[in-house]
Amino acid sequence: MLEVKNIKKSFGDLQVLKGVDVRVEKGDVVAVLGPSGSGKTTLLRCMNFLEKADEGILNFDGEEYDFRTIGRKDIAKIRKKTAFVFQNYNLFRNKTALENVTEGLIVARKMPKAKAKEIAMAALEKVGLSDRSSHYPHELSGGQQQRVAIARAIATNPEIIYFDEPTSALDPELIGEVLSVMRQLANEGMTMMVVTHEINFAKNVSSRVIFMEDGEILENAPSKEFFENPKEERTKAFIKSIAEQHTI
Amino acid sequence: MSEKVLNLLMDSFTKILIPGIKVTIPLTVISFSLAMVIAVLTAMVQYANIQGLKQLARFYIWIIRGTPVLVQLYIVFYGLPSVGIMLDPFPAAVAVFSINEGAYCAETMRAAIESVPVGQLEAGYCVGMSWWQIMRRIVLPQAFRTAFPPLSNSAIALVKDTSLAANITVAEMFMTTQRIAARTYEFLPLYCEVALIYLIFSTVLTKLQRAGEKRLNAHGFN
Ligand SMILES: Nc1ncnc2c1ncn2[C@@H]1O[C@H](COP(=O)(O)OP(=O)(O)OP(=O)(O)O)[C@@H](O)[C@H]1O
Ligand SMILES: [Mg+2]
Repeated sequence: MLEVKNIKKSFGDLQVLKGVDVRVEKGDVVAVLGPSGSGKTTLLRCMNFLEKADEGILNFDGEEYDFRTIGRKDIAKIRKKTAFVFQNYNLFRNKTALENVTEGLIVARKMPKAKAKEIAMAALEKVGLSDRSSHYPHELSGGQQQRVAIARAIATNPEIIYFDEPTSALDPELIGEVLSVMRQLANEGMTMMVVTHEINFAKNVSSRVIFMEDGEILENAPSKEFFENPKEERTKAFIKSIAEQHTI
Repeated sequence: MSEKVLNLLMDSFTKILIPGIKVTIPLTVISFSLAMVIAVLTAMVQYANIQGLKQLARFYIWIIRGTPVLVQLYIVFYGLPSVGIMLDPFPAAVAVFSINEGAYCAETMRAAIESVPVGQLEAGYCVGMSWWQIMRRIVLPQAFRTAFPPLSNSAIALVKDTSLAANITVAEMFMTTQRIAARTYEFLPLYCEVALIYLIFSTVLTKLQRAGEKRLNAHGFN
């Protein structure tokens, strides 16, 4: 469904992505792990053109695009088939929860208001927030805001949702509610690519794990294999270090 | 205070207030509206980073903020006729005040637009919205909310600054007062009287600002 080949990105002298390949099939839940600064966020942002990659090929729905030359129209077309959930939610602060969800439907997709509202209410219901639809973001907890952001993402019926550390900005007691929504989406077959430090999510929910370090993918394996039988020494060390953190 | 002066003040009150309503207020309202249009456009070309226009915007703000408004009035009204541009007093005043105020409000608007977290712009792109749609529906409404108090401040300052238009023969409140004073020699009471009328205008604007802020707050986001 989606394939990225040899994507490269530098910020000034610093090469953050050194030729990364990713392949995502429909229904995959790909967890992206790796130490801080390894380029995980940059990879996701490049894939949705929030950052301009220096080089690379994107294959989306059978069509091939070059990151260097892709035009505004194609970017808009691909963005309408994808969604993005940010670490700090990025809800529209002047819109209610419901309006946050309908905005992309009414404004970007020219959907009739009544229909958009119906879809948005269903999306909010799914994330357990139908009773908060008329609240503004500042009237919601972090966990609720992130669930609105997820509702906003699923309402457009995307082929894939990118998540960039969706629980990292949350207080520990609010992480669970967001993860459980994500787990539910995964069970329903939503295609997802999730940058995360939640090792249990990677272990129990994701179907594949990608391990990044220094702008490269060190290991890319089915989830079970990744945790039970990692090939790379660095991967083993990383899994061990995380396991230790979790026992503290 | 002698009865004569009291009578003069009563008599002149309406004489001053009428040009206030007929000239000062329209001059302020028209100039400020045009200033806002200039300000939003100037702020947006900078935010959108449109090369050429952006430099032009900086140049405009630099020139206008770096020179006195009184000098600008003189240049437009007394200076431009020598190159064939002749404006009546009122339009000349409108031109100068809107261009002058526009430069200050542009900076207010730019700061307000930049204070909207860029993540919301990115989120807008990710749900498929275009730059224009995001500006119009997400960024500008929040920027106006942020800019409302400083913009109100500018509007209040403008009401008072319009008195400078007396220098280019616009028959606004201050000019009218000067004329009466020249006739009657009652400078202190008359200038105090016009000051009071300016104070009333500013107070009304301050009240409007309060009410406006209340409404914006009631509108939910902050
Ligand atoms: N806009 C930018 N300008 C300059 N350098 C950047 C920019 N964005 C990221 N970087 C640098 O690129 C590198 C990779 O950053 P990235 O955010 O992709 O890492 P990450 O794997 O997501 O890390 P974390 O787990 O901390 O979120 C870092 O060294 C970072 O400082
Ligand atoms: Mg990151």
